Amino acid sequence: MKKLGLIVNPIAGMGGRVGLKGTDGPEIFERALQLGAKPVAQARTIEALKAITPIKEAITLVTCPHKMGEDAAIHSGFKPQIINGKCISESSTDARDTRKAAKVMREMGVAMLLFAGGDGTARDIHKAIGNSLVVLGIPTGVKIQSAVFARNPSAAGELCALYLQRKAKKVHEAEVMDINEEDFRKGILSARLYGYLKIPYRSRYVQRVKSGSPPDEKYAQEAIAAAIIESMSDAIIYIVGPGTTTRTIMEKLNLDYSLLGIDIVHKKKLVGKDLSEAEILKEIQGKKCKLIITPVGGQGYLLGRGNQQLSPEVIARVGKDNIIIVATQNKIHSLKGQPLLVDTGDKKTDQHLSGYSKVIIGYRDSIIYRVKH
Amino acid sequence: MTEEKKIKVRNFHQAKWDEPIIFELSVEGERGIRIPEVEKDIEDLIVEGLSVLPENIKRNKAPALPEISQMRVLKHFLRLSQHCLGADFNVDIGQGTCTMKYSPKINEVLVRMPEVTELHPWQDESTVQGALEIVYKVDTFLREISGLDQFTFQPGGGSAAILAMASIIHAFHETNGEADQRDEIITTIFSHPSDAAAAAVKGYKLITLYQNEDGLPDVEALQKAVSERTAGLLITNPEDTGIFNPKIDEFTKIVHQAGGLCGYDQANANGILGVTRARDADFDLCFFNLHKTFSSPHGCGGPAVGALGVKERLKDYLPVPIVEYKEDKYSLKYDLPNSIGKVRAFLGVFPVILKAYAWIMTLGAEGLKEVAHIAVLNNNYVLKKIRELKGASAPYAVGRHRIEQVRYSWEKLTEETGVTSEDVIYRMADFGFHLWTSHHPFVVPEPFSIEPTESYSKEELDEYVAGLEKIVEEAYENPEKVKNAPYNSVVHRIDHSTLDDPEKWAITWRAYLKKHGKDPAEK
Amino acid sequence: MKLILKEERRFEMSQKDKRVHPYIPNSVPETKAKMMEEIGIKDIEELYTDIPEHLRFKGKLNLPEALSSEYALKRHVESILSKNQSCKDHLNFLGGGCWQHYVPAICDEINQRSEFLTAYGGEPYEDHGRFQALFEYESLMAELLDMDVVNVPTYDWCQAASTTVRMAGRITGRQEVLVSDTVSPERLSAIRNYCHPVMRVKMLKHCPETGVLDLDDLKIKISSETAGIYFENPSFMGFIEHQGEVVSNIAHENGALSLVGVDPVSLGVILPPGNYGADIVCGDIQGLGVHMNFGGGLGGFIATRDEERYVMEYPSRLFGITKTSVEGEYGFGDVAYERTSFAEREEGKEFVGTHAALWGITAAVYLSLMGPRGMQELGKTIMQKSQYTMLKLSEIQGIKVPHFTGPHFKEFVVDFNGTRKKVKDINKALLSKKIYGGKDLSSEFSELGESALYCVTEIHSKEDLDSLTRALSEVVSPNRKY
Repeated sequence: MKKLGLIVNPIAGMGGRVGLKGTDGPEIFERALQLGAKPVAQARTIEALKAITPIKEAITLVTCPHKMGEDAAIHSGFKPQIINGKCISESSTDARDTRKAAKVMREMGVAMLLFAGGDGTARDIHKAIGNSLVVLGIPTGVKIQSAVFARNPSAAGELCALYLQRKAKKVHEAEVMDINEEDFRKGILSARLYGYLKIPYRSRYVQRVKSGSPPDEKYAQEAIAAAIIESMSDAIIYIVGPGTTTRTIMEKLNLDYSLLGIDIVHKKKLVGKDLSEAEILKEIQGKKCKLIITPVGGQGYLLGRGNQQLSPEVIARVGKDNIIIVATQNKIHSLKGQPLLVDTGDKKTDQHLSGYSKVIIGYRDSIIYRVKH
Repeated sequence: MTEEKKIKVRNFHQAKWDEPIIFELSVEGERGIRIPEVEKDIEDLIVEGLSVLPENIKRNKAPALPEISQMRVLKHFLRLSQHCLGADFNVDIGQGTCTMKYSPKINEVLVRMPEVTELHPWQDESTVQGALEIVYKVDTFLREISGLDQFTFQPGGGSAAILAMASIIHAFHETNGEADQRDEIITTIFSHPSDAAAAAVKGYKLITLYQNEDGLPDVEALQKAVSERTAGLLITNPEDTGIFNPKIDEFTKIVHQAGGLCGYDQANANGILGVTRARDADFDLCFFNLHKTFSSPHGCGGPAVGALGVKERLKDYLPVPIVEYKEDKYSLKYDLPNSIGKVRAFLGVFPVILKAYAWIMTLGAEGLKEVAHIAVLNNNYVLKKIRELKGASAPYAVGRHRIEQVRYSWEKLTEETGVTSEDVIYRMADFGFHLWTSHHPFVVPEPFSIEPTESYSKEELDEYVAGLEKIVEEAYENPEKVKNAPYNSVVHRIDHSTLDDPEKWAITWRAYLKKHGKDPAEK
Repeated sequence: MKLILKEERRFEMSQKDKRVHPYIPNSVPETKAKMMEEIGIKDIEELYTDIPEHLRFKGKLNLPEALSSEYALKRHVESILSKNQSCKDHLNFLGGGCWQHYVPAICDEINQRSEFLTAYGGEPYEDHGRFQALFEYESLMAELLDMDVVNVPTYDWCQAASTTVRMAGRITGRQEVLVSDTVSPERLSAIRNYCHPVMRVKMLKHCPETGVLDLDDLKIKISSETAGIYFENPSFMGFIEHQGEVVSNIAHENGALSLVGVDPVSLGVILPPGNYGADIVCGDIQGLGVHMNFGGGLGGFIATRDEERYVMEYPSRLFGITKTSVEGEYGFGDVAYERTSFAEREEGKEFVGTHAALWGITAAVYLSLMGPRGMQELGKTIMQKSQYTMLKLSEIQGIKVPHFTGPHFKEFVVDFNGTRKKVKDINKALLSKKIYGGKDLSSEFSELGESALYCVTEIHSKEDLDSLTRALSEVVSPNRKY
């Protein structure tokens, strides 16, 4: 019988409603409670589980005690298997509990791990088990930057159920973002690309296929990579930003690459890996170069989230016309019509980059899309 | 504002025959029809007609078609027809971009005449003057309606017309020695997907403009897309959102300046007949779907005609033949010097052209204008009512009117109740209605598209909206009910997962039996 | 005084009435006004404010005055149509992609049903019947073709052949297609336009005596660039390509696909192409229960084996059968296709739109009525009648028929070169005898000289065929003057 792991971060999402951002750390949590925040994670989890109850006899739900999953599961009609209570602290819970639970569930061989929380929870899971399990996030946090969450709790439940029944089989990697919460509360949003987690996805099935369905994510990434590689010139240095789509370019060139950082390619060879801003500037000094970037995270940021090494200085040196933006159609559509965003830290640079930009989405196809700051 | 008459939602149930697949009706020995006999004299002379066939090409094993007597075949297909909700049967306003208007039955009578059905396309021209006259006249009507100079009816549908446009654009640039240099076509995300797909067949690279905050393609975006590589622009206007692009002539200007040609996808012409024309916006090519705006019925998906028109300077590129009128005679012209050749056999689907002729003749200029006006009035009437529904919205052009259709969104409904657009569509079937989402990709989230046309009465429009209203109510009170629909339709929730799996999919009955071993209807 | 008032009132009413059209319910002024009030406008023009003045068409479209009644419309159209002389009162021997076969009454009965006639794109719930009918069409064709995948119909054979060639290009990743030079000129023209500039079309020669593919020429022209070889069997000119298997083998040996176009009417007695190595089979369904309609009754089909790499390349819709949430029920849906890997130079899977579905449903009815024996008998009948005709015509001095030696199905080339008369004139003379003679091939196939393509089907009685013989005898006789 298939096992589904469930981890609920009971305090995620509380900060937002009372004007705090995130609830990392017990002091902030206390403050949130004082301000009258109510935990929303339980309700959201129950909403997600509703979509899974039709198959509850066919799976075993494995979860943590009390507020970290047991309560929501029982409320939804499941008879969950509770993981060893001793390793999870009973009264209040924190990040360590999330990490311990993830490890235990992986050992138990869950088919998939469903979790309720925000960027912090996603990060904790990644810290504990890396990219070894298929996961999916039930969004409960505020303005989530990571791309590992479903668009709402119902959708999370539905997609989870489909995946467990092998009706949605495709899996792809999505970014986990590491927000500096301290800075965030000060109004400074500095997000770092933390890593990738595998999530199931399903391009929306439409019966009336009047024009053919959009291409599979992997197919699209390969097509984009082929187009980029074909256009590469030996006279130009290419700065390659992080992301699963840009990564495909490196893979197709059979080059080593950094998962989370900036690499440089010249004459189809790797010239520098995981470079800092200074290293990048040094490498491109006086040379013709192009920058290949793709939106990182769930909010459509082209610059400023996860690729801060691409500073205003670097952008100025490269030149707006030498920036190549790549993205799959699925990625573009996950933006739901919202523009791509840039936040380099320099208003002038941001303004300069705003307007309409060409985005390569396939082997022969591109789109003109809005970029905003 | 309350109505005097409360609109009732029907207590509908579709026919449900539980009718097997045709092969399951087979009984060895039964015959559905007997074919004309071979006369004895011929038999005596020719004896064994098949003996001339070499062994290696002879079919010795009869095709495994079912054996069924005539009445049973009739019954089978009649029952299947009852499992089908034609526009004639329902308030078919929920198929946006399809223009599901009334297909007058008198036109069906006309096309069933032997003077239509028993004509061979290669008969001597003197014997088909009536047919050629009809084609020629519709050509002149469409020239007037579009402002362009010559039409062909050869493309068998809208997408084929787009292919023809892309072919003409390509041939044009080839004549000027620029075909290699000009390898890009520009379109928009809310234009019909075939505007991109058909151009890609001709090897073009596609640049698709995404919309601005108003839901329209922006001049700035177009400027980013044009270059010396631009072959042309293929654009639908009004787009599938029902919003007319007021800068459309600026678009054509920019593309012309870059050296490209402009093709107008006028499949959505129902709201603008006699109001605005392709010529006014300086388009070089345009097409109309005779099976949409011009009333020919959709036939489950064809036959159809994409009537393609061009400016004089592109006439020589049209597929052949076109119909000419000289010295009181109609004739077929095959010698167009730069013709792209053919996109379909012969000259087009004549019955569809004839129905368009009859429809235009019965309406006249005033009537066509009324069609447009009422189609737009009906659409804005429905728009107002839907905007009042909880959970529904009409993105873009807020506070403004639309032309002939609207792309709506159930995003709020989905967020608040978990009921998706797909769920609503299946529940609509329980009331005898169609509802459609949108073309791919779903730029508008949880989309649904409604195009009332001029054919339905105010009461019917109210009935349709009442259906939506009921479902919205259910979504908020008991979402599970909506999510497990339909209940009163022909079948229940279909499991689509096998259709994506090469090991499980079955496109034919024989494939099904091979893969699954038994009748799916068996328990 | 009273009389005048009555007149005025009547006049007033008829003016008002003229604005209301039976096809436009809300054109009733009161309804219109009510609706406008509800949406808060005073004039319809307000709904068009998005369209700038300079783009507005001013004035009235120059179209004929509307025919005021349905009766007037009927009379008007009938009078135009009466200028047509159909194949009902003429003997017709034209073929070449549109053929006169018998259309069973039930075929028309079904395709006239409003349910099918006016349906379009509903879901496989409320339009379950449409999906089932087209799934059955696919399945019945599959038996006729002996292949497991058949698409929902496309426009016609020209489109089916064009897509077949492009599919071969995508599947093999190659850019050249070899096409037999005896295929229908219309199909060749469509293939050329559809391929250019992405794929190249190279012609293959035929053997002048038999018409079949010149294998030597094929062996020279095939290369590692060849995506496929396209030929038609029976050929456009009616002769049977008996080397099908050899051609398919040559294709496969070179990594190319065998692409065959076929008239399904022949498949009751002639081996389906899949049985002699064809990888993709295409053709037209017009002969399966659809009236000629002046060339409007066409529908194209494409068939392949049930292999993922083929199925994934169809641009058309493919309806598949599946289960529903209720045990024992079956449902239908589109077989979706998602590519798993990208190959260089690949382009999109063409396009799909509104094609010829109603004719597909009609063909399903036809094949259900005919059954296995009906199709066999049809093939046999056509073979016998056409052979009888060829025999009789060959007795006429100056006529060589069939021009190509070897077996034929339904159609054959009549060579008039020996009569020293032009086909154009012969056909004009036949016309005066109420006969439509075969298609003049002299311009498209100049190497055949004055030749015409004749078509004989099950609808021709012996009397009809004898009339043709008599008429031609007279028309080509050396004594006859023009």
